[in-house]
Amino acid sequence: MARVSILIDVNKCNGCYNCFLACRDEYYGNDYPSYSAAQPLNGQFWMQMKEIERGVYPRPKLSYIPVPCQHCQSAPCMDAAQDGAVYRRKDGIVMIDPEKAKGQRDIVNACPYRAIFWNEEKEIAQKCTLCAHRLDEGEKMPRCVECCPTGAMVFGYLDDSDSEISKLSAAAAKEDFHPEFKTAPLVQYVGIPKRFAAGEVVFRDKQGECAQGVKVVLEGEGGKRETRTDSFGDFEFEGLEKNKNYKITVEQAGYVSRSFDISTRTDINLGEIVLEPK
Amino acid sequence: MTEQVFTNCTNAGPVSVYVKDGKVTRIRPLVADEKDFRPWTIEAGGKKYSPPKKFAVAPYVHAERRRLYSDERIRYPMKRVDFDPRGERNPRNRGKSPYVRISWDEALDIVAGEMKRVKDTYGGSAISGMTSSHHNWGIVGYKMGPFARFMNMFEFTPVLDNPDSWEGWHWGATHTYGFFWRLGMPEQYDLLEDSLKNTEMIVFWSNDPDSTRGTYTGQDSALWRQWLREKGVKTVFIDPYHNYTAGLMEGKWIAPRIGTDTAMAMAIAHVWITEDTYNKDYIQNRTIGFDTFKKYVLGEEDGQPKTPEWAEKESGIKARVIRSLAREWAAKRTVLSGGARGGEGGACRQAYATEWARMMVLLQAMQGLGAPGRSIWGTTMGAPSDTECWFPAYADLQGRIATTGAARHLPINTTKQRLWRLTLPEAVLSPPVSWYGEGFCGQSLEQQFKHFEYPMKGYSEIKMFYRYGGSFMGTLSDTSKWVRMYQSPKLEFVVNQDIWYNSETRMADIILPACTNFEREDVGEWGACGGYTVHASSGCNYRIIVREQKCIEPLWESKSDYEIFSLIADRLGLKETFTDGKTELEWVKTFFDISDLPKYISWEEFNKKGYCIINIKDDYKATPSLRWFHDGRPCDTPDLNNPKRKSDKANELGTYSGKIEFVSESLKKHFPDDEERPLSPRYIPSWEGHRSELFTKYPLQLLSPHPRFSFHCHYDKHTDWLDDIPVHRIKKDGYAWWPARIHTDDAAARGIRNGDIVRLYNDRASVLCIAVVTERVRPGIIHSYASSAKYDPLIPGNADAIDKGGCVNMLTPSRMVSKNAPGMTPNSCLIEIEKWEG
Repeated sequence: MARVSILIDVNKCNGCYNCFLACRDEYYGNDYPSYSAAQPLNGQFWMQMKEIERGVYPRPKLSYIPVPCQHCQSAPCMDAAQDGAVYRRKDGIVMIDPEKAKGQRDIVNACPYRAIFWNEEKEIAQKCTLCAHRLDEGEKMPRCVECCPTGAMVFGYLDDSDSEISKLSAAAAKEDFHPEFKTAPLVQYVGIPKRFAAGEVVFRDKQGECAQGVKVVLEGEGGKRETRTDSFGDFEFEGLEKNKNYKITVEQAGYVSRSFDISTRTDINLGEIVLEPK
Repeated sequence: MTEQVFTNCTNAGPVSVYVKDGKVTRIRPLVADEKDFRPWTIEAGGKKYSPPKKFAVAPYVHAERRRLYSDERIRYPMKRVDFDPRGERNPRNRGKSPYVRISWDEALDIVAGEMKRVKDTYGGSAISGMTSSHHNWGIVGYKMGPFARFMNMFEFTPVLDNPDSWEGWHWGATHTYGFFWRLGMPEQYDLLEDSLKNTEMIVFWSNDPDSTRGTYTGQDSALWRQWLREKGVKTVFIDPYHNYTAGLMEGKWIAPRIGTDTAMAMAIAHVWITEDTYNKDYIQNRTIGFDTFKKYVLGEEDGQPKTPEWAEKESGIKARVIRSLAREWAAKRTVLSGGARGGEGGACRQAYATEWARMMVLLQAMQGLGAPGRSIWGTTMGAPSDTECWFPAYADLQGRIATTGAARHLPINTTKQRLWRLTLPEAVLSPPVSWYGEGFCGQSLEQQFKHFEYPMKGYSEIKMFYRYGGSFMGTLSDTSKWVRMYQSPKLEFVVNQDIWYNSETRMADIILPACTNFEREDVGEWGACGGYTVHASSGCNYRIIVREQKCIEPLWESKSDYEIFSLIADRLGLKETFTDGKTELEWVKTFFDISDLPKYISWEEFNKKGYCIINIKDDYKATPSLRWFHDGRPCDTPDLNNPKRKSDKANELGTYSGKIEFVSESLKKHFPDDEERPLSPRYIPSWEGHRSELFTKYPLQLLSPHPRFSFHCHYDKHTDWLDDIPVHRIKKDGYAWWPARIHTDDAAARGIRNGDIVRLYNDRASVLCIAVVTERVRPGIIHSYASSAKYDPLIPGNADAIDKGGCVNMLTPSRMVSKNAPGMTPNSCLIEIEKWEG
């Protein structure tokens, strides 16, 4: 049986929370025997939205990362579970048996993504099932994917080379969310925010005009990148590795070049970079 | 019992409702047969754009089930414990005293008895009442229908609505380019196709379409903006808050001080005039009065040229940025996206907002408004959409049981007295009050100049208030005055009929429990309001008319509004007069019969299947908005209410001159000496802004736009799933607080940290919120959404008490846009903020 997956394009996610709310609607107060026990009112986020604000005024950025259970192919929760309370279906979906999981709090703590939740009342571990009960009824996708307005989430069968998700996966620079956990998730991402460095170039002698087309070079680990300032005199290098050192150089004929050493421990806004005429 | 599936429609999308054992188990975006969809295709830049076969509803629609069974539902008829209609009424205890459950019989006897007593004693005009907006969907039960039909029987005093979401466009832009029949917003036909084909840049000016979602059309347009972004269309966002559309589209963010947008707009005009980069042909042939405007912009009138350097001093935006924006705007085919459906931004809801809205029109006029790629387009309407199949909508006279020609009998209200929503408290507490403007002035420009005074000669002051729905504490201005109004002994009787407990519910003497549209029979088209926004469903990728099926019996002791009114009418011998002899389902059938729908589907099939999708015809032909005006042709768009359409003046706009007016002919005729809304727009510093005296005491400007995760007040408070969305509310110490966003520097200067409870305050009120420290707001500005439904005063019943629920509207001023433009101004509001120590 082919493995299922969700491919999540963070660039397309508008942070509408449709996925989170549709999940609540499917599971709150609804038992699906042998698949999942009802979600309680509070404290459970089977589809969790991570809001990421980067940068500083006036150049902030906003992203949302939808995070369901990653359905890891090397799942720590399975290792932590007793009596086969956590198992993997043939389609790759990692399931928690709502009966067998009783009392097994270790299942919650085993998940590095914090995607498993403890139900205080029922004393069970619970999480996303990719709506397995609906897939088995013949539905084409989980509720979260169904209601995504921008197509930021695509669901499908990975081992079917004709499926939309297989085609998109082949073309996209897909990645794991937190690859350092080394759990081989089935859920895949595109466009997880990294670091960026930005600035605005201004000519000292022409402050009433934006400095368009100025060459800006970034050098450091991973090579050299070059860009030009836009019509507002702004430049940006996106997708930089975290915690690396770079040098940014601003050059324009007739002006004294300027260089900045930066470290991407955080996102960088160099603000106004004023170039002095030679 | 097996699962049953019903169809229904919300104010932001159609749904399938799953019911088991009489209980709703799930509510899903309507699951339609794939064969019913015939998606349109737009070809642009060598690519084909076509929507998926689905309905992208708004977020809160997914939480309808929780709202249906909400703990905040009004379950039974209630009476204030110290209200005795035959003895002491204790009006000053409204908002303070608790309630006791009573029977429907007792409640109906009291309400019917009071209506009769008040009418017999003072005349029908002593009864007033009003609805809130959009808490349910479906034309039979919608607020415009049963309520108005019922109240008309008593010849009540209606309360005129102010155009709350688009004030500046209504009171300003109409005098520049007409479109009064759209309350100041332009037609939007086929602008998606035009923009995909022709537009190179979009300037979103005080507009966050990803949050306001074209009012009713859910998230279908989110995909359009994604297409435009992927196509490489450049975007600019002018907004003191780095809004959610800006966050998604990653355009240039320009964050002016509140109240200075008009100065920026003037400076853009200055660049175009001095650099000779405007469309002189268009100015000559399609506009009047440009020379007067030009003189003002160049400073020939007041000695102050409106240069980018001058605008920088006002707005805090660097002159070079304004200059560069102006140049790029002129060089690229640019859409101006401010206004046109969906909570038209903070800039149109503040002091002198008329001037900003007029400038939006005039700037686009200088670049040839209506030319390919150069429109005023909110990006939330204007998909290819059938306009031939007519189905009545709530704002159509034919779509209301109060006014439809399909009724055998229509109760007519002959009372001429009116109230103005924004000054209703003043009208009760300290009459007389007067104003200009007949509410939504959609019939003519002259309606805006009509003078009203309350009380009107020959009529009574109001003694009874029938409130239907209601959370004005969180949506109108300076709202603690509503508490004072309710506690006035001049209101002898107050009844509130609603589905949920809202901020005004516990101000009533009698509370009547109504039910949702999941508990009664109705019909409605998704996204269609008709009337002043005809063809609004072009904000949806598919027109869909939904038979709103009764999914469950009304919960607890609630009843449909229609039934409640029928029962009161029955006690007064007016049942037949009210019902026209029809049940709700018979009204549904009546509306079906008068519509064009029978040409598409039989009643039996529609009633059973539950929906009908109206696809575009194969020979669909796009008629982009205002292209006809640009080209000098007669209007070819299906803009039904354009009075000049199909006449010998069909190539004209709705202004007096028929052209775009840099100097307004309508203002010249009616208010020639108005310095606050001059004949040609001016930049006038706000009376509550960075240049006012109050700024030294309250140095922060409050920006309170339309919310992202509720619809006005609806869905907030009654739908606690939303409290788990931190953009909406943030839980702390067991309470779901309303967020106030503050810049890192402003927070640090006040010792405020992220997640602290803070007090927002000025001389008008104090409101507690939870601080969200962010880089996404301009320093000096606090961003907190309007529309908290939770009015939670620390001392119940005390109008001056601190509100814990986040009704930031209590802080906003009563003062109007200008002396003759009676619009609300929530974004002209100075406050201070401090950490709340409890």
